[in-house]
Amino acid sequence: MIDIAALAVKKWKGERGSLIMALHEIQNQMGYVPREATMEISSQMNVPLARIYEVLTFYNYFKLEAPGKAVISICTGTACYLKGAPALLDEFKKDLGIGVDEATSDGIFHLQCVRCLGCCGLAPVVSVNGKIYGKLKPSDIKPIIAEWREVFPAKETANAAN
Amino acid sequence: MQLTEFDKIVEAAKAKSAAFKCNLYCCYSTGCVSSGCGDVVKAVQEALVSHGCDKVVRIVKTGCMGLCSHGPLMRVEVEGQKPVLYSEIRPLVARLIIAEHIVPALSLEKGADFNVPDFLSGFVLPLDIPFFSKQMKIVLANTGHIDPELIDDYLARGGYQALKKVLTEMTPQQVVEEVLTSGLRGRGGGGYPTGLKWKNAAPSQGAEKFVICNGDEGDPGAYMDRSVLEGDPQCVIEGMLIAAYAIGATSGWFYIRTEYPLAVDRVEKAIKQARKAGFLGKNIFGTKFSFDCDIRLGAGAFVCGEETALIASIEGRRGTPHPRPPYPSQKGLWGMPSCVNNVETLANVPHILMKGGAWYASIGTPESRGTKVFALTGKVKHSGLIEVPMGMTLRTIIEEIGGGPSTGKKIKAVQTGGPSGGVIPSEFLDTPVCYDQLKKLGSIMGSGGMIVLDEDDNMVDIAAFYLDFTADESCGQCSPCRIGGRQLLELLKKVKSGKGSMDDLALIKRLSLTMKKASLCGLGQTAPNPVLSTLKYFENEYLERIKN
Repeated sequence: MIDIAALAVKKWKGERGSLIMALHEIQNQMGYVPREATMEISSQMNVPLARIYEVLTFYNYFKLEAPGKAVISICTGTACYLKGAPALLDEFKKDLGIGVDEATSDGIFHLQCVRCLGCCGLAPVVSVNGKIYGKLKPSDIKPIIAEWREVFPAKETANAAN
Repeated sequence: MQLTEFDKIVEAAKAKSAAFKCNLYCCYSTGCVSSGCGDVVKAVQEALVSHGCDKVVRIVKTGCMGLCSHGPLMRVEVEGQKPVLYSEIRPLVARLIIAEHIVPALSLEKGADFNVPDFLSGFVLPLDIPFFSKQMKIVLANTGHIDPELIDDYLARGGYQALKKVLTEMTPQQVVEEVLTSGLRGRGGGGYPTGLKWKNAAPSQGAEKFVICNGDEGDPGAYMDRSVLEGDPQCVIEGMLIAAYAIGATSGWFYIRTEYPLAVDRVEKAIKQARKAGFLGKNIFGTKFSFDCDIRLGAGAFVCGEETALIASIEGRRGTPHPRPPYPSQKGLWGMPSCVNNVETLANVPHILMKGGAWYASIGTPESRGTKVFALTGKVKHSGLIEVPMGMTLRTIIEEIGGGPSTGKKIKAVQTGGPSGGVIPSEFLDTPVCYDQLKKLGSIMGSGGMIVLDEDDNMVDIAAFYLDFTADESCGQCSPCRIGGRQLLELLKKVKSGKGSMDDLALIKRLSLTMKKASLCGLGQTAPNPVLSTLKYFENEYLERIKN
């Protein structure tokens, strides 16, 4: 983890407007911005920790806790909203038994709502780890969950956790 | 980069693209990537190799071709034959197109047109349907015709000729004059005359001066800027260079949403290639003019589209706006004079300088010149990215280009301007699209989102939807927006759930007007617009919820 922070520092130290870029670098690698990484940035880039958290908590995009392995992003932009995004969200909630911004207890699925993904022509749209599914109906949700269960089987995660 | 070198590389680029007998333009923008164009292109590549024609056929991975709802799209252009557009292609169909269209078409005599076999004709979209024929492309002229990752493709279609003309034949004042003559207004939503913005920024003095490209397109339901950055990034860089020359800027910044990874990647590649070719760097075209640019990413804050908030964000701080004056043109990024222009605005600039301000001013209406790119979405048959001359009526856009309602139900209204805009009911569909007419109706042009609503869509829900967005995106700095937005949303939710009273409705109106007057920046000032405009035209829907 410190290595990743050190790399981000190496790439951005001395550049102008570098703090947000360094934080992006860390989140891209880790999926979130852990406390240890912010401390490393603070000491190496000479930015007070308070200022780093001031920035981290202002921007929606930054996560402070590790998300699940498969991050499900439901687009709630206008076009998707009109074409049935709320129904898709309900279906995910029901099938996974979790709410928005929550992860399943096995740590595999993470459910979130996002602003426009910019594929309005394919509304309603859902993305899982960046893979985009368009023109969805509530009946399409179960197969999507099944597809990602195969990618991240529960057993393997248990081993990884140990 | 010297002038003689430039002509040479342009010639070489032209020769390169003319070397192929057939070009297959495959849309590779976010929409079509999501529809699976990656697998299609792979199938096309394999099929070309297996038929032994991969040396004479070029696959061009392009930016958005517009008709996103019918992707993946591929346009076939065989030398001397009419272009054919295939839609909703799957890998199997792609293999058939190569075997049954490309291979036989390549062996046809010159002048003969190829007839698409019946079993493929179901995938063909006629290029003369109104969706295509009613459009007018200036900003999107190259998008869909070039590989945005190759600077040579841009050069072969006249890229950087405008910069050459500007640097070698014009003074900065002449450039500003030309843009003033064109009547170009900011395409990000504000609609401030671009030439005037440049004129204000030109005399400002500072150790440095910046041009900033605003690519923080946050409106839900809009993706014009993303498509331009993905489809023709060099054009935006060229526009930025011309702006820099006009106002005397030393370097530039692209501020792009991090939610647009493909756009970021394409701009990164474009900057590298432009630098390598000598369009960015020291003494461009052998003149005294030097300029370079870099990228900074947003992190999911809608308010950063506001220019002072955007500047704070580039500096690596919380994106909170500050009151103007001082304007960025006096004191902007790192305290230096800065000029912030939207992506689409900058993409217009090379065309204006190449063909002249008078040419641009001849398109559109007297107060809204040129064209505008829209993301036409919602309940229309053909939804996607379009560019039309200003002054075209909403009816032409929705009924002809959009092909009318997709649901078979009546169109009730059209929403423009996203969370800062309003709804326009169907009885006003004959209104020409231009800044002032839309404003008169209580909406705005905005950045170009155009969402078509039908009878199923309830206006109280729409108003609550937008307010939920803006209340959530308020930066929290000024109380009219922070508290007003939250209270307004609670009241709307109350009405929406059927528990509201007439007093609530009166309070909603009063709060909206207070927010408009007292908020610090555009976000708070415009956040009540969706509420006010739905109340203006569809108050009965609010009353129904209250009565029941």
